[in-house]
Parts: sequence; C-alpha cells; structure tokens
Amino acid sequence: MKDFTPEIDWNDKVISIRGLYKSFGPNHVLQGIDLDLYKGENIVVLGRSGTGKSVLIKIISRLLYPDAGTVNVLGQEVPNLDVVTLRELRLKVGFCFQNGALYDSMTVGENLAFPLRRNMPGMSKAERDKRVALVLEAVGLSQTVDQMPSELSGGQRKRIGIGRTLILRPEIMLYDEPTAGLDPITCTEINNLINEVQRRFKTSSIIITHDLTCAKATGDKIAVMKGGKFIRQGSFDEVFGSNDDELIQEFYDYNFIQ
Amino acid sequence: MESIEPSEKPVITKGIDHFFFNFYNILKFIGRFFVEAFRPPYEIREFIRQCYYIGNKSLLLITLTGFITGLVFTKQSRPSLAEFGATSWLPSLISIAVLRALAPLVTALICAGKVGSSIGAELASMKVTEQIDAMEVSAINPFKYLVVTRIMATTVCLPILMFYNGIVAMFGSFVDIHLNEQTSLTTFFQNGFQNISFLDFTSSLIKATVYGFTVGIVSCYQGYHATQGTQGVGKAANVSVVISMFLIFIEEVIIVQVINALR
Ligand SMILES: Nc1ncnc2c1ncn2[C@@H]1O[C@H](COP(=O)(O)OP(=O)(O)OP(=O)(O)O)[C@@H](O)[C@H]1O
Ligand SMILES: [Mg+2]
Repeated sequence: MKDFTPEIDWNDKVISIRGLYKSFGPNHVLQGIDLDLYKGENIVVLGRSGTGKSVLIKIISRLLYPDAGTVNVLGQEVPNLDVVTLRELRLKVGFCFQNGALYDSMTVGENLAFPLRRNMPGMSKAERDKRVALVLEAVGLSQTVDQMPSELSGGQRKRIGIGRTLILRPEIMLYDEPTAGLDPITCTEINNLINEVQRRFKTSSIIITHDLTCAKATGDKIAVMKGGKFIRQGSFDEVFGSNDDELIQEFYDYNFIQ
Repeated sequence: MESIEPSEKPVITKGIDHFFFNFYNILKFIGRFFVEAFRPPYEIREFIRQCYYIGNKSLLLITLTGFITGLVFTKQSRPSLAEFGATSWLPSLISIAVLRALAPLVTALICAGKVGSSIGAELASMKVTEQIDAMEVSAINPFKYLVVTRIMATTVCLPILMFYNGIVAMFGSFVDIHLNEQTSLTTFFQNGFQNISFLDFTSSLIKATVYGFTVGIVSCYQGYHATQGTQGVGKAANVSVVISMFLIFIEEVIIVQVINALR
C-alpha cells in the first residue's frame, strides 16, 4: 500500500475511452473497452498475456489506430489529430516500454538527453545535463550515466526507460509491464519508483501488468481485462475481495502458488 | 504505425496481393521520403554521421576491389590488344570500361552488401526492440531522423565512392601497364582521359546516384518494416542485400539503354 494519499481530481478526466474496438485480421483483440483516468490517479490494467493490454496503450499514444470507439486524451480526440497537435500531445503523454527500448547506440546519459535535444532545441547543454542528473537521481541510477544500455541489467534498463520518459515531464505516464521478468526486490523498487513518480511529478498513470503485487502497491484503481473487455473495475479490495470469479482465481494461483 | 500484412486469401491471389501490397507500400515509402526530406528542420548532423559511417565501412573494401579490378582487367585485355599491336590503346580502353561500367557497378554492389545489410539490420533491430516506437512516442520523427538521413547519405556517398573506386582502378591498371609497357603516369592519364566524354561522366554520376538511392530505400524499407522479433533482423539484412543487388542490375540495363540512345 502507498505511504501517501494521492491527490486525485475527480472532476478532471485526463483519459476517457468509450467503446474501443481493435482487430488484427481475424484476431479480435479489443472488443468494447471503456476507461476513465482522472488527474493524479494510477489505474492498473490486469490481464493475461495476449489479451491486448499493450495494444490498448499503443492506441492511446497512437502507435496504432482503433477500428472503432473514441479515445480522448487531455481533451483531444487522439485518432483524428494532425501531426502538429499529436506531437504536442505526445510530449505530455509518456510511454514506458516493456523492455525499456533504450537506444543501444547511445550511452545512458545520451538516451536521457535525446528527447530534450530533439524537442527543446533552445535548452542549453548545462540545463540539459542538470535535468539528466536529476532524473537519474530520481530513478536511483546516477552512476550509470556513461554506460551503454547493453551493460545494464533488465531492471536497470526499465528504470532508465522510465527516466527517459520522465525527462519530458509528462502529465500522463503509460507503463507497459514495468515489473515483468524481474526479481521480487527489484519489483518492489520499481513499484516504489512508480509511486514516487506519482507523488513527486503529479502524474496520472496507466500501469499494465499481470503482477498482483505491483497492482496492489501502485494502483488506486484496478481494471481486469478479459476477452477484450474490462470485466471488473474498482479498488484492489473490491476486485479481489470476493474471489468467486474464475479469472480472479487464476490470478491468485499464478501469483501466489507458483 | 500501419500494418503491412495483406489479408487472408488463397495462396496464389495472396501472393499477387502481397506483391502489389509491397509495391504500393514502397511507393508510399518513397513518397514519404521526398515529403520529409524537403521539410525543415534538416538533420544535418545525423546525415554527416551516416556519411562518415558509410565511408568508414566501405572504404577499405572499395580501395581493394578498385585496385584489383583495374589490374586484372588490364592483364586480361592485353593479349587481345597485343594481337593487333595495339597495347597503346590499353589506357583509353581501361578508362572507358572503368568509368562507364565497372566503377559504378562494383561500388554499388559493395555498398549493397556492406552498407545495405548494416542499415537493414540496424533499423530492423531498432524496430523489433521498439526503439523506433520509443522515438515516435517521445515526439521525435523517426522517419526523418533515421530513414531520411540514411537514404540521403547513401545517395550522396555512392557517387563519391564510385569516383574514388574509378581512380583507384586506374592506378591498378597503371601499375600493370607501367610494369609491362613502361608508360609514364602522365602519358597514361593523358591517354586514358582522352576518350572520356562529358556524357560518360554524367551518366556514371546518374547511375551511382540511382544505385545509392536504391540501396538506401530498399534497406531502410526492409529495416523499418521488420517484424518477427530477432529473426526479422537477419531477414531484413539479407533481403536488403538481395533486393538491392537485383534492382541495381535491372537499373543498369535500363540506364545503359537510355544512355546509348542518347550517344
Ligand atoms: N502490430 C500487430 N499486428 C498484428 N497483431 C498484433 C499486433 N500487435 C499485437 N497484436 C496481437 O494482439 C494481441 C494482443 O497483443 P498485446 O501485445 O496487446 O498483448 P498483451 O496483453 O500486452 O500481452 P503481454 O502481457 O504478453 O505483453 C496478440 O494476439 C498479438 O498477436
Ligand atoms: Mg504487452
């Protein structure tokens, strides 16, 4: 559980999705998704592998187009945006990839500085370095600044990936499986980092995972995805309080018995 | 990003569909290149970096093959010319052969193999590890930054490398002629360049530019649209080379026909 009370503004929806459909050929991945994310809130999307969780957040950042439905992010209808507005919106919506997606021809420092160099050409080098140092400190990896991504561990890469997303000071963070494939201690570190980001930078987040510990630690609300729909939404206790549902039971089995 | 898979169909129609689908996508890719290439801001630094890489990667091989082509071609041509007692024609024969045909083709094939495969593999690995998506979501235009710069670099560098290759080939030829006919360097080059026309020069320049553009487009397209994880990386590199070389030969035939019609 969080050691602070997140400041959620229940009057300000930063993401609002209605009736979202997406298929790849015969593979109907999303079949009517509805989701609201309020300012300052962390929503955890739980679901088994291949249910379309990544597809959902890729649609939010327009790496993919939806087949039907509305996707409203910070007051803008994402699928219809022109290039310029999309660019402005993307500066406000951070995306953390499943494996960090670090640029492997650049050092950690260059990875972090790259989005700044590209998007804020007016920024001085000194100021850029200061921001890089600040973000590295926030993700707890100041010593890696001159290392190449290939020299980092999986957990470190993810943290640098989160850092690289944070460096543009986004209002919304989208985390794709931030704890997948990591040991429990590193998972706890990442969970704490996600909460720290929420507290310190006042971000709203969608966190995709199939890790219940992560869900419990970081989520203000949990949404469980199955068959391309959310079958449950609510606080952790509301969703997992009664474990009558088969899927919920599956999650328990997967997370605690294994 | 748009999906580039055609829909489910019987095998033959699917094959034809696939062909036209790819063809259409490549045309779209080329169109996008021209749109983005002429729209500021220009990625000058990245372009220069790519040019440096291309030169760095292929210079040694181009020097070596240039020298050997010149030397061997001279050796092989001498007996036939000697039959007519016309070995003094060797310099002009070689220079025409080198400039008109050998240098553009040899340089293009080496660049397709060396540069095309590395661009294909590099972009493909960036694609499958989501680095290209990562650029996109941080409001960076990956097409402009990665693709446009690379295509421009191959298009600009290949003609330069071609002329370099030609000069090295001439030196290779000079070494052999000097050893056999004791021709001096000045006489050799005077004789050599006598018969070279402006058309020869421009046609080679055009050829090399077209080949450079081809290598750039093909390898960037393959890399940028790679799928299937790490397996896709090897495939992109491989397919880049094969298709580039194939297209280079087809273009050679077409350009030679056009030039000869003009001559
Ligand atoms: N670009 C694409 N083209 C075709 N099919 C895709 C594409 N992206 C995803 N899919 C398909 O969509 C389905 C959902 O994929 P997605 O990556 O969203 O799963 P996920 O819930 O994130 O799973 P995981 O937990 O393993 O990451 C999969 O069946 C996948 O094959
Ligand atoms: Mg996923």
